[in-house]
Amino acid sequence: MEQFLTFGIVGLSTAAIYAVIGSGLVLTYTTTGVFNFAHGAAGMMAAFAYWQLTEGWGLPVPLALILVLAVLAPGFGLLVERLVLRPVQGMGDAERLVMTVAMLSGLIAISRWVWDPNEARSLPKFFENADSIDIGPATITWHQAITMIVAVVVAIGLRVLLYGTRVGAEMRASVDDRALVGLTGANPVRANKVAWILGTQLAAIGGILIAPAVTLDAAQLSLLIVSAYTAAIFGRLRSLPLTFVGAIVVGCLESYLTGYLPQNQYLPGLRLAAPALLLFLALLVFPHRRLRGRDTKARPVPVPSVRGTLLFAGAIVVFGLVLASLLGEGELITYGQIFSFGVIALSYIPLAGYAGQISLCQLSVAGVGAAVWAHAGGHGELWALALAVVVSAVVGALIALPALRLSGVYLALGTTAFAFILDRWIFTLPSFEIGGLKISLFDGGAVDVAGPSLFGWHLDDGSELMVFAAVWLALASIAVMALRRGRFGRQLIALRDSEAAYATLGGNLLLAKMAVFALSAGIAGLGGALYGMQQRSVSGDQFSFVAGLPLYLVAVVGGLTAVGNGLFTGLALGGSFPVIAAAGTFAQNVTSLMPALAGLGLAKNPDGAVAEVRSGYEAVGRNKPVLGVLGVALAALWALQLQDVLDGWTTFWLALLALVAAQAIAQALEGRQARSAASDVPVEWWGVRRGWRREDEEVLARGIAGG
Amino acid sequence: MALLEVRDVTVAFGGVRALSDVAISVEGGRITGLIGPNGAGKSTLFDVISGLRRPSSGQVFIDGHEVTRLGPTRRSRHGLARTFQRLELFGRLSVRDNLLVAAELGAHRRQAAALVDEILDRVGLTRLADTSADTLSTGVARLVEVARALAARPKVLLLDEPAAGQDPDETERFADLLRSLAAEGTTVLIVEHDMDLVMSVCDDLHVLDLGKVIASGRPEEIRRNEVVLAAYLGDAA
Repeated sequence: MEQFLTFGIVGLSTAAIYAVIGSGLVLTYTTTGVFNFAHGAAGMMAAFAYWQLTEGWGLPVPLALILVLAVLAPGFGLLVERLVLRPVQGMGDAERLVMTVAMLSGLIAISRWVWDPNEARSLPKFFENADSIDIGPATITWHQAITMIVAVVVAIGLRVLLYGTRVGAEMRASVDDRALVGLTGANPVRANKVAWILGTQLAAIGGILIAPAVTLDAAQLSLLIVSAYTAAIFGRLRSLPLTFVGAIVVGCLESYLTGYLPQNQYLPGLRLAAPALLLFLALLVFPHRRLRGRDTKARPVPVPSVRGTLLFAGAIVVFGLVLASLLGEGELITYGQIFSFGVIALSYIPLAGYAGQISLCQLSVAGVGAAVWAHAGGHGELWALALAVVVSAVVGALIALPALRLSGVYLALGTTAFAFILDRWIFTLPSFEIGGLKISLFDGGAVDVAGPSLFGWHLDDGSELMVFAAVWLALASIAVMALRRGRFGRQLIALRDSEAAYATLGGNLLLAKMAVFALSAGIAGLGGALYGMQQRSVSGDQFSFVAGLPLYLVAVVGGLTAVGNGLFTGLALGGSFPVIAAAGTFAQNVTSLMPALAGLGLAKNPDGAVAEVRSGYEAVGRNKPVLGVLGVALAALWALQLQDVLDGWTTFWLALLALVAAQAIAQALEGRQARSAASDVPVEWWGVRRGWRREDEEVLARGIAGG
Repeated sequence: MALLEVRDVTVAFGGVRALSDVAISVEGGRITGLIGPNGAGKSTLFDVISGLRRPSSGQVFIDGHEVTRLGPTRRSRHGLARTFQRLELFGRLSVRDNLLVAAELGAHRRQAAALVDEILDRVGLTRLADTSADTLSTGVARLVEVARALAARPKVLLLDEPAAGQDPDETERFADLLRSLAAEGTTVLIVEHDMDLVMSVCDDLHVLDLGKVIASGRPEEIRRNEVVLAAYLGDAA
């Protein structure tokens, strides 16, 4: 009984913190319509700032609290509202989600930059030296008591604010219709600002209160968001009282699992994953309304040409061959990721780009592929690669089953929960047996990965593996092109645009969604296996939720409907980041921040970077002389480096220069041509003073017809 | 024989009855009109027939099969296709691909491309085949919806205000299209506010007001029906 009470008190005080954080989440969601994935990260920043002020600089606790809660947190909230979310207020849920995911990823990167993660930090509890209070057989510490009191004060305060003040009424009103609120003379921007300030403050309070109980770690604190979201989903993202109830369920569940779960090697992860499991269940059990927010204008999904894609695939393979011939063994491992990440990123195209399903667990699925290959393909058997793809696809289909009930940001939450369950629990498990089937993933640590055997020829050095991965990226790009041009691709796009029309025309939503989840998981699994081969040894944390965020962000920036996005994302993550990071620690920190910054820049270029790059190189493709010179220049550079005339970096920079210059020259030439064509050559001189063009005939015909 | 039959369908939203005991039957190969003031429950009835909304009570039959418990996908296999009042085009696909999706989901997968070209030609959309569906004007978009439904080769075609936003010429051509479809044996149930169109093409009419069928009959009978006039013009008329 005593133990039960003690764990109950621990649970309630944790619950109090979740309730505070969760109510901030509900407040910002109901007022601004933004699902804030970075809410926990804001609390994390507050905890670090508070640590810096008190432990770092020795300020007294009350002063530090005032600084954090009354100055820093509101300032941060306002900054986020103005800089991050106002630009995307008019866009769809998906875009706003990308913004907050970028913020989550960026804040973790910033805090790791400022506060070296290898240095242990801890915060003291409040009134640590005061005696605990005895309640019957159990005791309650002052810190726990304060936590609970804060939660009660927050609950009362929010109630008074929302139902007793004008700004509260405005906030409640903007839940239903923002434009209408504006028409009645209320000020939705003010309501937004208040919501962001309060939300950030609540996150900050939560962060400061929970930090003493856990280690001060950027990712771990940021991901308290999962527990808070679970609480908020109990309240269906609108009801504060139910959010408090949800918080109590989550807090007590965690605490009692700690207390009563039998001690063995399989279950500690379950406790860590419990909030995510609960989130998953809550998402499925609680009915939720259609999300508010209008759809943005649909952008047509480009149809890649067969010829262009084949050329592109050929270029990928040539690029792989050239890199493989130039790089040393260590660099091959680093830059080999270009192709394996590329394959994983490509898995987003059918799923997110065509079918519009947001998944934040693609890297986790890739982890499954890597693990399957590691165990089954120990001697490089090729059937094991097929097995890795199939098992990943099955896992993908399993995700799809519950996902059918979820859409948009709820699906993003669901897949987040799934990624958590994998990386906190499943990936940490030692081998286990289910019904006689022995399952081992990472054996609680790292597993060795072998290279593949092709017709008796074993690929195991870095250059061979790089070319192998490049070939797969080329094949996968071709496959996605074929998908887009084929029946299934059309159906996926159709089903995203109108589920009602798709179903009434005889389409089966369930099958189509499961198929696309399975397909994309299969691609991701293939990428994971390739990644594992290059790394030689992989562990579960290489495939964690946080590690997957940059992949998602860069893929979004590339443009989720572009087949070229595989290579783009691979190049960005596996190519450009290591290149920049080679310049030193500072540059390394910059690269970890880059995906977040790129994601935040999305509002400027919603069509994606790949489309832009492609249009640049189409000009090169049309201009045969420039193309020829570029080819010769690149070949010469390659030859010179092979002969050791140039060193690696010189070749790299010269090649980059050649690529950029060729594009600029080709575009400039086309521009001039267009201008000279526009400058009026009289009709009778067409074909004489300037070349005869295909469209001229039509222009003439129209001119004559028009009289 | 009735190709489509709705028996005593009631749809209640809480205490409000959007449809109460609606019974209509649509004869094969004929054009049947469903008219009524805004809010009468016409689109709700279409949702019930196509399986997007479960009725609180009542039954729906297509070609003699009871489909009340089937979802929209299964109903389409019984030969049902519809258009939507608030357009539900596949906006990110071209006009041709919109039709192709429908044809490929239907029973004629192999000849899908040929079927689509034929329909595009028939409704006069060949010129716009490669245009993105999102950029069309409302009138044209409605026509694409009709063409898409046709690409599913339906036995029963439900049209929800297909002529809204069309100019008189387009409406005239659309009326011809409907007549030729009926002549080929397609059964059409049409909701439309353009009374000239309704009166000129429909073989039978049902009038819906406040969730109830208040009159059924031939167009000329309906035109003289006093209950209908009262519903449309108010009791004073």
